[in-house]
Amino acid sequence: MASDFELSLFVFVLATFLGLEIIRRVSPLLHTPLMSLTNAISAIAVVGSILVTGRQETTLSTVLGTAAVTCSMINIVGGYLITYRMLKMFKKSGKGAR
Amino acid sequence: MIDAIIPVIYVAAAVSFILALKWLSTVQTARRGVIVGVLGMALAVGGTLAKPEIVSYHWIAVAFVIGTIIGIPMAMMPMTAVPQRTALSHAFGALAAALVGTAEFYLRTPKIDVFTMAALALEVLLGFLTFTASLMAFGKLQEALPTRPITYRGQNVVNLALFGLAAVSGVVLVASPGRTWLFPVFGALALLFGVLLIIPIGGADMPTVISLLNSYAGLSACAMGFVLDNHLLIIAGALDGSSGLILSIIMCRAMNRSFTNVLFGAFGQVKHGAAAAEERIVRSATPEEAAPILANGGLVIVVPGYGMAVAQAQHKVRELFDTLTKLGVEVKFAIHPVAGRMPGHMNVLLAEADIPYDRLVEMDEINSDFGQADVALVIGANDVTNPAARHDAASPIYGMPILDVDKARTVMVVKRGMSPGFAGIDNELYYMDRTLMIFGDAKAVVGNLVKEIAASNGMH
Repeated sequence: MASDFELSLFVFVLATFLGLEIIRRVSPLLHTPLMSLTNAISAIAVVGSILVTGRQETTLSTVLGTAAVTCSMINIVGGYLITYRMLKMFKKSGKGAR
Repeated sequence: MIDAIIPVIYVAAAVSFILALKWLSTVQTARRGVIVGVLGMALAVGGTLAKPEIVSYHWIAVAFVIGTIIGIPMAMMPMTAVPQRTALSHAFGALAAALVGTAEFYLRTPKIDVFTMAALALEVLLGFLTFTASLMAFGKLQEALPTRPITYRGQNVVNLALFGLAAVSGVVLVASPGRTWLFPVFGALALLFGVLLIIPIGGADMPTVISLLNSYAGLSACAMGFVLDNHLLIIAGALDGSSGLILSIIMCRAMNRSFTNVLFGAFGQVKHGAAAAEERIVRSATPEEAAPILANGGLVIVVPGYGMAVAQAQHKVRELFDTLTKLGVEVKFAIHPVAGRMPGHMNVLLAEADIPYDRLVEMDEINSDFGQADVALVIGANDVTNPAARHDAASPIYGMPILDVDKARTVMVVKRGMSPGFAGIDNELYYMDRTLMIFGDAKAVVGNLVKEIAASNGMH
């Protein structure tokens, strides 16, 4: 168990550094879409939610899991859609200006 | 067989998420980023559904349908409502993590090893506190709750004590996960702490707070990854956590404040100082008087702020932009990092109004242009233009980077009245000789400016 934890910790540290480097390069113009996109990505909690729901071990776990899948799904659908909507609005001179 | 494929699918999902954020670096590639992000999520969901341990799809399907039904209208909200929408989705994300943590606790207790229980406690703590904190932020942004900070004597002591209590109960649970009675107490403390954390925070600090909550929501998903031994969750959560962290650092720097100051400083009460006693002269102008100055300028820099969003004036601003551009006036927009209620708020509003994004210039780049500008037109921005931030060490906003609006030949300020901004301080910009105050609702004033300019230049 401890070695699994160690590996997870390595993954976490490396992913955080990678995240910091990537996000630093995101144009400030796009900080709002960035937030809605990362919000959709963090709905990855759907993975854990599906597992808890689908295993159907106890009534409590199924109820909590179903609520969690619902919450995650709201963020997946809402998050990606609104990010795409926002990005469609960004136009360069000449194309967008009348 | 399928057990061998799922890890591959998860790796592909992780790569997709990384590419999605990488492609967000420029506007040209950003849409591709969203598509690859959707692909990543589809892989993650598909791979998970294929796991043999899933015995029933019934409730999963029900939740998918309900989530989609709620998710679609949440994506269709107007751009002015994006800050509150974002706060609400942080709440959903954090709640999902907290609920899964709770379910896992009751399934596994008392046989949980120390590492897993520590991760689980962190997941539940961050999840529940982010849930209520985000709901509070939503309430403040929606103006269902008072946007002014609510403070009382000993507030920080109460908050810290509460957090300490939550931390201690978390540690006890890690040491002996069999104490199931303590778990609801732990969860309740986290929920309560989330509420109290946001009460003293004012509207102007929302960009930082919303970024911080973004980070917490990601970190709770990350902690879930530790509990479930799932590296995809860890990677996606860490990406979200680092994004929120970077944004909150940028926001803090743009206000020259520290995290602790934002969270415990209770900024934004109106100060009743001696300065209010002296009467100072303000020059006001009507749109008719201001129009020719704008029309005859070579370079006009528009400085939008939260007031523009409140007045829904962005479409009138676009008309002004079009009219002036037709007359050969160069128009740029100066975007302060904390203008509005969330990072990048002004950019999406102006982009929605069809203003080309290459006209939107960040603070560091545009500040050297104000010296050559004929007019700086401030619409609904206040504290981010206050020259006191540069030279008045006694000012609460001293040291905050500002837009050098006062260096323009003429400064025009569109404002409802002389009320102070969110920092609760007077803006000395309004009393300069070169400043013209145009009082009124931003939408109406800008509309009148457009009409005047068009009429006197034979345009329709």
